[in-house]
Amino acid sequence: MDFATYEPGPFFDEMFDPERRPRAGCDLLARTMADLPPGDISHRQNAAERALLHMGITFNVYGHDHGTEKILPFDLVPRVVSAKEWATLERGLVQRTRALNLFIDDIYHKQRVISDGIIPREIVESASSYLPGCKDLDPPQRVWCHINGTDLVRHSDGKYYVLEDNLRCPSGVSYVLHNRQVMKRTFPNVLQASRVRPVDSYPSELLRVLQYVCPRGVATPNVVVLTPGPYNSAYSEHSFLAQQMGVELVVAKDLVIRDGFVWMRTTRGLARVDVIYRRIDDTFLDPKVFRKDSMLGIPGIMSVVRAGRVALANAPGTGVADDKVVYAYVPAIIKYYLGEDAILPIVPTYVCHDEKQRTYVLANLDKLVVKAANESGGYGMLMGPQASVAEREAFAGHIKANPRNYIAQPLLGLSRVPTLLGDGNVLEGRHVDLRPYVLHGQDIFVLPGGLTRVALKKGSFVVNSSQGGGSKDTWVLADDASPKDAAC
Amino acid sequence: MLSRAADAMFWMCRYAERAENVARFLDVSLQVMLDLPDPHGDPWAGVVAATGDEEGFSKRYGVATRDNVVRFLTVDHGSPNSIVSCLRYARDNARTIREAISSETWEQINKWYLLVNDAAAGGTTVENPYDFLAAMKEASHLFVGVTYLTMTHGEGWHFGRLGRLLERADQTSRIVDAKQGLNLLRPPDVGASLDEIHLSALLRSVSALEMYRRRYGRLDHSLVMTFLVLDKLFPRSIRHCLDKAKESLCAIVDTPSDSAGTRPERLLGRLVAEYEYALIDEIFDQGIHQHLDALQSKLNDVGAAIHETFFATRPDQVQEPLAEAAQ
Repeated sequence: MDFATYEPGPFFDEMFDPERRPRAGCDLLARTMADLPPGDISHRQNAAERALLHMGITFNVYGHDHGTEKILPFDLVPRVVSAKEWATLERGLVQRTRALNLFIDDIYHKQRVISDGIIPREIVESASSYLPGCKDLDPPQRVWCHINGTDLVRHSDGKYYVLEDNLRCPSGVSYVLHNRQVMKRTFPNVLQASRVRPVDSYPSELLRVLQYVCPRGVATPNVVVLTPGPYNSAYSEHSFLAQQMGVELVVAKDLVIRDGFVWMRTTRGLARVDVIYRRIDDTFLDPKVFRKDSMLGIPGIMSVVRAGRVALANAPGTGVADDKVVYAYVPAIIKYYLGEDAILPIVPTYVCHDEKQRTYVLANLDKLVVKAANESGGYGMLMGPQASVAEREAFAGHIKANPRNYIAQPLLGLSRVPTLLGDGNVLEGRHVDLRPYVLHGQDIFVLPGGLTRVALKKGSFVVNSSQGGGSKDTWVLADDASPKDAAC
Repeated sequence: MLSRAADAMFWMCRYAERAENVARFLDVSLQVMLDLPDPHGDPWAGVVAATGDEEGFSKRYGVATRDNVVRFLTVDHGSPNSIVSCLRYARDNARTIREAISSETWEQINKWYLLVNDAAAGGTTVENPYDFLAAMKEASHLFVGVTYLTMTHGEGWHFGRLGRLLERADQTSRIVDAKQGLNLLRPPDVGASLDEIHLSALLRSVSALEMYRRRYGRLDHSLVMTFLVLDKLFPRSIRHCLDKAKESLCAIVDTPSDSAGTRPERLLGRLVAEYEYALIDEIFDQGIHQHLDALQSKLNDVGAAIHETFFATRPDQVQEPLAEAAQ
C-alpha cells in the first residue's frame, strides 16, 4: 500500500493535510496501511465483505427475485474525527436536538414561535410533514424526537455544516455497529492504539430512552419495535435493533387495540404494549387518522397515543422540524428557545417562498444546488453547476409553479477520505458526509461515532446508498495525543 | 412469545430438517443405484414417486433420469421440495425472527443458504452431488447444534424443536415407506445378499446402520422396522421423534397433569401412547404402507391443531388477555 501517489486534491481531506502529512490521529493508521504488503489490503477487504454477507447485514433491492439482498459497499479506510472536533460537534448536536424538540412541542400547542414572528405560519402549515392531527398531543416526558440522525458535511473551508435533520425514522445506525465489528477483526491493533471510542452502547442507550418515555404508572414497560416487514429495505436494521435490545419485533398484524390499550398477540393470549419504537412513517401509522390506504398501520392507535396509554418513538408529527424550508429557520429557532447562538452552522439557504430570494435563485441556477422540500434519498435535486441547460430550465419551471417546495444552497465541496479502488491497491479521495445519531431521553446522548457515507463514483457528491454510495467506519478519538506504534 | 414468531420458529426448523432429509434420501438412492448389479425397470421414477411430487416433476422434466432427479431434489428453484427451496423457506422464516434467535443461529442458516445458492448458481452439483449432500447433512447438524447451544431452551426453542421432530417423524416414515413402495426391501426372487444391501441402505439413509448393529447385530427385515419405527432411543426413529415432540409441546403449554390439555396435546399424546405400546407384527398385519400413510395423516392433524391453537392470528380468534401475560 502506497500513499506516495495519493493526491489530497483541492478538497478538505480527512486523513492528510495539503502537504500529504497525516492529520492528528491519522498518523498510526496511515503508517500501518503503508506498511502492509501488496495484496494484503484487498485480502482484508474481501474478508470484511464476506463477514458482512454472513452476518446478513444487507439491504433489500426491490424488484429482484433471487439474491434480493445486497451488502452496502464497505470501505476499509476509516474516517477519523479528532477528540477536539467531536467535542464541538457533540455540543452542537445536543443544542440543536433540544431546540428542535421544544419547537415541535410548541408547534403542536401554543405556536408562540409563530406569533412571536420567528417563522411564518404559512411555512409551517404548508409543510407536508406538518400533521394537524397531532395538535395538543402530549407525548410522555414531552419528548417528541427521541431518535435523530443529523447529516453533517465538511466544506473546503474545513468547517462542519448541518446538511439536514432526520427526525422521523432515521436509519443506518446498525451499519455503524456492524462496521465497527468488522474493523475490529480487520485492524484490531490500530483501532486499540488509536484510542477509538466504542459505539457498542447504542442499543442499551436506545432501550433506556424507550423505557424512560413509557406511559405513567407502568413499572416494567413492554417495549417493541414496529417494522413494515421483511420486505422493507431497512428490515435487517429493525430486527437487529430489536435483537440487541432484547425486545419483540412486531408487524402491524401482531398488534390489536382493545379496551383503549395496544396489545400484541402471543402464544398465551394478548400482552400489553407500552412503548413502540416505530420504523414506519407517520402517515402510515393509523389509517383512521392519516392515510386511509395504509396496510402497515394499526387502526385506532392514535387515540391510544392521545390518551397517553402507549408511547410512540419518534412521536408522530416530528417531521415538521426536518422540512427543508424550516431548516433555514433553525438558527433562529435555537436562539428563540435557548437564547444561544447555534454552535453548528447551517448551509446558507435561499427560501424560494420568499420573492427576493427566489429571484436570486432563478438568476443563479448554474451556481446553486436546488432541493425539493419533501424529497430525500438524493431524489428531487438539481446540481446546478453540473446540470445541463435543459435540466436547469425544467427546474426553474418547477420552482415557479410551487415555490414553497424549493430551497437552494451553494454547492459545498464535501470533504474526502482515501478510498480503496479496484483490486484494493489504489487509493483515491472520495467525498463523504457524516450522520451522527442523537438520542433524546432524560438527557441527550450523542453516539461517539456515526455513519460515514461515501460517494464511490469518482467526483460524485451523492452519498446515498440508493445512488451508488457506500459506507466507512467512523473513528471518534478519545484523545488526540499521537499513539504509540502498533503491530497490525 | 409472539404467535407469528412461534410460527416462524416452528417452520424454520421444519424446513431445515426437511432439507437434511432430502439430502439423506437422495444420497442413499444414489448409493443403492450403484449397488444394483442389473437395474431393471425404472428405479429413478421410483425415487420421484417417493418424494410425493410426481406431478410437479413430470411437468418440469418428463422422464426421470439420474441427472434430472438429482437436479429436481437439490438445486431446482422451481421445485418446492428441492434443498435450495427448503433453505430459502427456512431462511425466510429465520429472517422474520432474527431478533428472537441467537445471531449464531441466524448466521448458520444464512451461511447454509448462501452455500446452497452458490451451488445452484453454478458448479457441478448435479454431476457430482456427494460432497454437496455431505455438506448439507453437516450444515444441518451444525444448525441443530448451534440452536441447542446458543438459545435459551424456552418457549421459542421448544416450538423449533417441535417443528423439527414432527418433520423428522414424517420424513422417516416416508423414507421407510418409499423403500416398501419400491418393493426394494424384499424383492421376492432375489437372494439374501441383495436384501441386505437394501436394508443396510435404508438404515444408512437415516444414519442408523451402526446403531442398529450395536442393538441387533444381524440385518433382519422385522428388526430393522422395529428399530426405525418403534425404537425408544434412536434419534430418527418415529417413536423417539414423537416422544420428544410431546416433551416440547408440554414444555410450551405447561398444562397441569390432571387436565386433558389443548387439542394438539390430546392428538399428539394419543399418538405417543399408540407407539409406546405397539408391536411390529401388529403393524405388519395392518400393512406397513397403510400404517405409515395413516401416521402421516395424523401428523398433519397435529400440525393443523398446533397452527390453530398457537399461530392463527384471525381477529375473531384472539383469546382474552391472560393476567400473567399482561404484566
